[in-house]
Amino acid sequence: MNDKIKIHIDGKECWTTDGTSIIDAAKENGIFIPSLCHVDGIKPAGSCRICNIQVNGRNMTACSTPAVDGMHIESNIPELEEMRKAIIEIMFVAGNHFCPACEKSGNCELQALGYRYQMMVPRFPYEFPEKGVNADSKYIYHDRNRCIMCKRCVRGVIKDGKHVFAFNSRGGENLHIELDTELASQLTEAEALAAMDICPVGAILKKERGYYEPIGERKYDKEPIGSEIENK
Amino acid sequence: MSKPVVATTSLAGCFGCHMSLLDIDERILELIELVEFNKSPIDDIKTFTKQCDIGLIEGGCCNRENIHISKNVRKTCKILFSLGECDLMGGLPALRNGIPVEECIREAYLDGPTVGLNKEQILPNDDELPMILDKVYPCHEIVKIDYYLPGCPPRADLIWNALVALVTGDELKLPYEVVKFD
Repeated sequence: MNDKIKIHIDGKECWTTDGTSIIDAAKENGIFIPSLCHVDGIKPAGSCRICNIQVNGRNMTACSTPAVDGMHIESNIPELEEMRKAIIEIMFVAGNHFCPACEKSGNCELQALGYRYQMMVPRFPYEFPEKGVNADSKYIYHDRNRCIMCKRCVRGVIKDGKHVFAFNSRGGENLHIELDTELASQLTEAEALAAMDICPVGAILKKERGYYEPIGERKYDKEPIGSEIENK
Repeated sequence: MSKPVVATTSLAGCFGCHMSLLDIDERILELIELVEFNKSPIDDIKTFTKQCDIGLIEGGCCNRENIHISKNVRKTCKILFSLGECDLMGGLPALRNGIPVEECIREAYLDGPTVGLNKEQILPNDDELPMILDKVYPCHEIVKIDYYLPGCPPRADLIWNALVALVTGDELKLPYEVVKFD
């Protein structure tokens, strides 16, 4: 499985190992493909659809598609960039994202993608849905108003082999992610902090941690998301 | 050629966007060379005295007066700017959007922990008071807006760059640091 393979992303010749996902292969070669649900070390879910790329004219998710030798991939084309921007705008109107009042502001990946795509205002009407907050566990606030259902927490926050977060049902209008309060209370402070970091938005917050970094020193204050890959 | 006329107004917001406009510091001297101000809290002109070219609206629409003013500004100004998160998405006033209005008013005037002085349990109900809307609405859901400047507040440089680009016809500069949502 360790054979080097050659793929083309936006015409650029890229080398990677067989079996690597396209998003990771792009990253290795200094190309940023935006994504919200993908996180290193966790099995991909392909749920946010922002990493959509085109292979032979067909749309695929770069996080869940392995690179195959000789693949020709289009990522930075107007059609896809416009679709990504639209998905980001949908996420902003489908939840209650009050950036000025959010503890994650400045470190939020959804907001950072809004900046990268210069979203001035979403083109869709705001829904202001009614969601809930669960503050019952020891170290975690779970604010569903900001949840974008990327499933990172469902896949990545595990205590003693059990999932701390899970979907309440299989579908329907009331579909949301629930926190297992009892299990979450067993998390240590460090594990709670790791859970906060795994969330791309401000839906999972570590208690007593709000506004930790001053404005100007936060992750996406100075450089756009993805520049750490592009400028490598 | 006469200078373009600018009007500004503040609806359901905290007035921070106007403060940010003043944050352009000494460039305000350049600004008054470029444009003329009409109705605005900054020069304290209360009503429009003529047709304006550029209107800046801060804050969303939370009551009927806000709607009346935004429609009036739309009629009077050729180009409208939406300034700040409250105007773009309702902002912090819109935190009440998930709560029924009756519950909000009860909390504010009857049940809240700091309403002890309201012994007669009076609810404000005067004809002079504008009717509160069921939700706080972003301005662009009420009137057509031409340009949006996000931020809480929009950075002074963003307001300055946008106004200067519009008035002089130069290309709008949008460095990464000036477009922020907080």
